[in-house]
Amino acid sequence: MAEKILMKGNEAIGEAAVVAGCRHYFGYPITPQSELIEYMAKRMPQVNGVFLQAESEVAAINMVYGAAGAGARVMTSSSSPGISLKQEGISYIAGAELPCVIVNMARGGPGLGSIQPGQCDYFQATKGGGHGDYNNIVLVPNSVQELVDCTVLAFELADKYRNPVMILGDGALGQMMEPVAFPDKAAEAPAKPWATTGLKGRKEPNVINSLHIQAPDLEKHNYHLQMKYKTIKQNERRWEEYRTEDAELVLVAYGITARVVQSAVDMARAVGLKVGLFRPITAWPFPYEELGRLAKTAKGFMAVELSAGQMVEDVRLSVVGSKPVYFYGRTGGMICTPKEVFGIVKKIMLGEEEK
Amino acid sequence: MAEIAFARPESLRDVPFHYCPGCHHGIIHRLVAEVIDELKVRDRTVGVMPVGCSVLAYDYFNFDTQEAAHGRAPAVATGVKRVHPDNVVFSYQGDGDLASIGCAEIVHAAARGEKITTVFVNNAIYGMTGGQMAPTSLPDQVTTTSPYGRKVESVGMPIKVCEMLSTLDGAKYIARVAVNNPANMAKAKAAIKKAFEVQLSGLGFAIVEVLSTCPTNWGMSPLEAVGWMEKNMMPYYPLGVFKTPEGVAK
Repeated sequence: MAEKILMKGNEAIGEAAVVAGCRHYFGYPITPQSELIEYMAKRMPQVNGVFLQAESEVAAINMVYGAAGAGARVMTSSSSPGISLKQEGISYIAGAELPCVIVNMARGGPGLGSIQPGQCDYFQATKGGGHGDYNNIVLVPNSVQELVDCTVLAFELADKYRNPVMILGDGALGQMMEPVAFPDKAAEAPAKPWATTGLKGRKEPNVINSLHIQAPDLEKHNYHLQMKYKTIKQNERRWEEYRTEDAELVLVAYGITARVVQSAVDMARAVGLKVGLFRPITAWPFPYEELGRLAKTAKGFMAVELSAGQMVEDVRLSVVGSKPVYFYGRTGGMICTPKEVFGIVKKIMLGEEEK
Repeated sequence: MAEIAFARPESLRDVPFHYCPGCHHGIIHRLVAEVIDELKVRDRTVGVMPVGCSVLAYDYFNFDTQEAAHGRAPAVATGVKRVHPDNVVFSYQGDGDLASIGCAEIVHAAARGEKITTVFVNNAIYGMTGGQMAPTSLPDQVTTTSPYGRKVESVGMPIKVCEMLSTLDGAKYIARVAVNNPANMAKAKAAIKKAFEVQLSGLGFAIVEVLSTCPTNWGMSPLEAVGWMEKNMMPYYPLGVFKTPEGVAK
């Protein structure tokens, strides 16, 4: 671990990708992640990597498909409207079981929405996004340092499971500057005997493909994918808890919102209210069991999001009706303040807030 | 000692084609396979297959392949080539795939001078989905989505891909061929070979458009289909070399 340097979130992701051994990047400019594509444009040639600005997000994700299928550690990045365009390719990548990293520095929606931070792409990221039964591994960091750590982890998980991994950040994390340290390197990419490298003496051709024209074959493939997802759900749940031990109200938040909520927890604790924070670091697989366990001690839960209420559904699934689940959200690029969240907490604990 | 005069190219697997009687895909597959054998590059070839009638081409070619989403083969091929610049990478695409949904991908691959080869099979119709209008369907051509004929005042004239791509500097070799008779087959093979040689020389993008029949969806016998192609397609889509690295047009 080297010394800490001050870095912008978007650029830190780029450098972390380099550390992780990513040498191929395909992207298309969009606010608020353009610093990342610009960083890669500058950085990739310095490490003998490939940077290519594609003609569209659609082309970029399909270049990722080709490069991942050819065995490379490869990344693309975008923000909400651009990620919508990539969904076709992500579905094919999931179907063909190709490892890659996709960064979404999310903004307000729907449509062109806004360029301010948003968390309204949670459903899209965690429940599939494109067509078909598939899941991306979704990492939701809450600081510039965690953007770095999650980027390195994303490449490792992608290779380990031959699965697309999405880093779901937001415009605030991408734009803010914090001190970060980079690891020396990531785990080496495993051998990829399935990659299309040209036969090079191999007898049987490799085929990268998501088509299974015979229905029984496709079902078999889907069962295989579901078994893999089950393994990922068992092994890769990540979360963090803050002052939850005796919490009567557990706030659930991720990403930039978790930073706001953590301050709100401290404000509540200062006046003797027993409040804690549960912060998923993997939004898929969601830490259902771990959050559900808190239902034994807590009297209620509240999801706080920069959306009209998306992750709150996973909170309800964790608690399975045993305790009340409240929701507070802001949309359209508006970020709630600690004081604002604290105000809602007080109302709930005085029994005034509607479920 | 008996001499083998005609054998399956090593680049084709011993698998029967699924194509309809009279379809030209089988001939074109074979020409591509022969060229790859002759250039001795099978060991480092990666083919990128389209969505359309030739979607299962990865079952027929005997080298590494990737199956792309509809129209995205040039982008996928770009990804492969940028990872392995020494590989010989080609896309094999139909007219709906390349000239409609994949128009942006083919234009920009050509504009970048991407060092890949494209084999473009133009049969003026969507085959696999059952005979809908293509961007290359001819004026007044009856298809299942132009049941009263292609009305150019509503949907415009068909796209001439070779002519369009010829305006781009990155495209170094552009030719339109047909496989309607043995003489043209020989010319088609020579053009496909040239397109791969341009890639091997690192000069830039190369594309060969092959006019092809679709007897099933045109509603004709194989023989009638060849006649229809010669009478209707060839005047609108003239055969020839549009661009070579030497700069010779036609």
